[in-house]
Amino acid sequence: MAHNALTHPAARKVDGYALFWGLPLVLWQVMFFVAPLVFLVVMTFWTVKNFRLAPDFDTVNWVNMFSKSYVIDTYFRTLGYGALGAVVCSVLAFPASYALAFKASPIVQRIGLFVIITPFFTSYLVRIYSWQAVISDSGLLNGLFGLVGLGPFDMLSTLFGTMIGYLTLTMPLVILLQFFSLTGVDRNLIEAAHNLGCGRLRTVFLVIVPSAKTGIILACTFAFILCFGDLVSPASLGGSKPPTLSILIVDTVKQGNNWPRAAVVALMMVLTLIVVAFTAIFFAYRVKKEKT
Amino acid sequence: MTKKKGETKHTWRFTRRRFLKGSAAAAAVIAASGVTRRVAWSEENTLSYLCWPGHGAEEVVGPFEQANGVKIISKEYVGGEAMMALINQSDSGTYDVVLSDREYITMLRAGGLIDEMDPNDYPFDDFWPEFQKMPGHWLDGKLFSVVLDFGYLGIVHNTDVISEKEASSYKILWDPKLTGKVGQFDWYLPSMGCLSQYNGNKSPFDIDDAAFSKLRDTVFSLKPQVAGYHGIPDIFNALKNGDAFAYQGIGDWITILLAADGYPVTTTIPDEGGIQWTESLSLSTGGKKQAMAKKFIQYLTSPEGQIRVALKSSYMGSIPNKKGWTLMNETKPEGATILRHRFDQRNVMDEYADGKIALRQLPAQQSIDDWSEVWNEYKNI
Repeated sequence: MAHNALTHPAARKVDGYALFWGLPLVLWQVMFFVAPLVFLVVMTFWTVKNFRLAPDFDTVNWVNMFSKSYVIDTYFRTLGYGALGAVVCSVLAFPASYALAFKASPIVQRIGLFVIITPFFTSYLVRIYSWQAVISDSGLLNGLFGLVGLGPFDMLSTLFGTMIGYLTLTMPLVILLQFFSLTGVDRNLIEAAHNLGCGRLRTVFLVIVPSAKTGIILACTFAFILCFGDLVSPASLGGSKPPTLSILIVDTVKQGNNWPRAAVVALMMVLTLIVVAFTAIFFAYRVKKEKT
Repeated sequence: MTKKKGETKHTWRFTRRRFLKGSAAAAAVIAASGVTRRVAWSEENTLSYLCWPGHGAEEVVGPFEQANGVKIISKEYVGGEAMMALINQSDSGTYDVVLSDREYITMLRAGGLIDEMDPNDYPFDDFWPEFQKMPGHWLDGKLFSVVLDFGYLGIVHNTDVISEKEASSYKILWDPKLTGKVGQFDWYLPSMGCLSQYNGNKSPFDIDDAAFSKLRDTVFSLKPQVAGYHGIPDIFNALKNGDAFAYQGIGDWITILLAADGYPVTTTIPDEGGIQWTESLSLSTGGKKQAMAKKFIQYLTSPEGQIRVALKSSYMGSIPNKKGWTLMNETKPEGATILRHRFDQRNVMDEYADGKIALRQLPAQQSIDDWSEVWNEYKNI
């Protein structure tokens, strides 16, 4: 019926109701995504003279940025960091999401969800500075290691520090997304698997994960998007050693007010995120064709 | 269908009302934030001040505000290039008074962003002679800026790990005990300037290409020692929690505050030399309140204003006004001791007289781009 209604000629007329509710979203996206993106592209061709931006049509910024080996290195490094952050976060989040979705009583579930949301009550920046006090050489963790004769371990200003920051940023969101996706898994499928003699672990990997695939992939993608663009963790916990693309943007603006070159980097990031997001959505919603 | 229409109609009325409510709320939010400030800026009883953090605080400008019935609206920046970016992107006359690092004054004048000043309006006779005709402030015999405060940059170090004797040469930065423990202030200019002094360049920023190439090698050779590249808050944290034991290119403006909190850190100017930072006041071109702006600069360079600038809580700085020194010794002797502004013992002017101090300036024979490019590569290797 619904299908017929959609294809009926009368339905092809402009639906004022849908248009009314849909238009704000379209306007919003045009104003705050498409227009700035177009401006960003235009700005990459501008030049800077004596700290002042001058509208221009010069490819100098593209040539300049792509001729520097460290820009390319930073790009792939940031890509790697983002991917690592997303995978580590997804793997670490899964047991928590699984336990909440399948093992916890409704009351524990509610408390658990509240606890997961709590970190959002504090500023991300404050949480990152708190981590500095925990993982620094004379920090809490090394103090505890010292009690048992270990350490001190270098954690701050390392990749480990950056990852701690990424997890702080992404973990609550990933657990929530995974949780909602896991609660949607048809329990009959799990029971059927158990009835057919499938072990617990096999059930998780062969039944639950494939059933919750969409949510798990989308959670991982969100984690990647957040990690890829994050400035605070690689700067304040990673010590900019080495830098990521976000730090490169800040440096480029700081040194000589070069917004056009920073726009080139920003555009590289936007394009990467678009490709990653669409690829992820493709895999998340792909339905495997049955072999006949 | 009918029901749907009814819903739409109902929703429309609802939305319109909500829209009006929402608009009122949005207007209130906007009024409470930026727009109000803009309106306030245009009022006669305010003066806008583009400055480093803390210079517009009540503790510094309070007496001036009370005496003149004027409100100082400060816009803060960190780093000379951030200041250049802000002033270049603003309409003429957005700021009445500009506090600038000395090395950017030439650029400000070249950009037509600051006005000529009358030397008779300011207490140069009370200044130490070294600050009466500072290079960069006077251009073609005309005055464009008045020095407000200054300080020295050398090695900042943890005294539990590095003695002052060890810090008497930048060589200590390469010591094996500092591997992974040398923090880097993430601004190429002072950080590379000190390393240029280590290479024996008396004018650390005015070096030929061969010396610049050598400087590049020196900078890169420090990489294994690097703890991290830090902004100001991270420098404080790293020195507090022991993640960095030394930095080159920063100074008293960081360590005085930390030492006051009991942390074992100090600044030593190595034998190879240190760098001087200088903050100076200029009148912004297009400022509509030039008379009040002049009065404000007179206040800040007066003995009372100088003490307030010197001892402000965001960071302390040395002052050029000798009468300010005298008043500080009389009224704030502990401040005079911390800042080494005492007449009866070795003080900051003696270090200046020793000839160890070079003025911080922009690269003379290479471009800003060339130097910052080395710094970017250094961060990435």
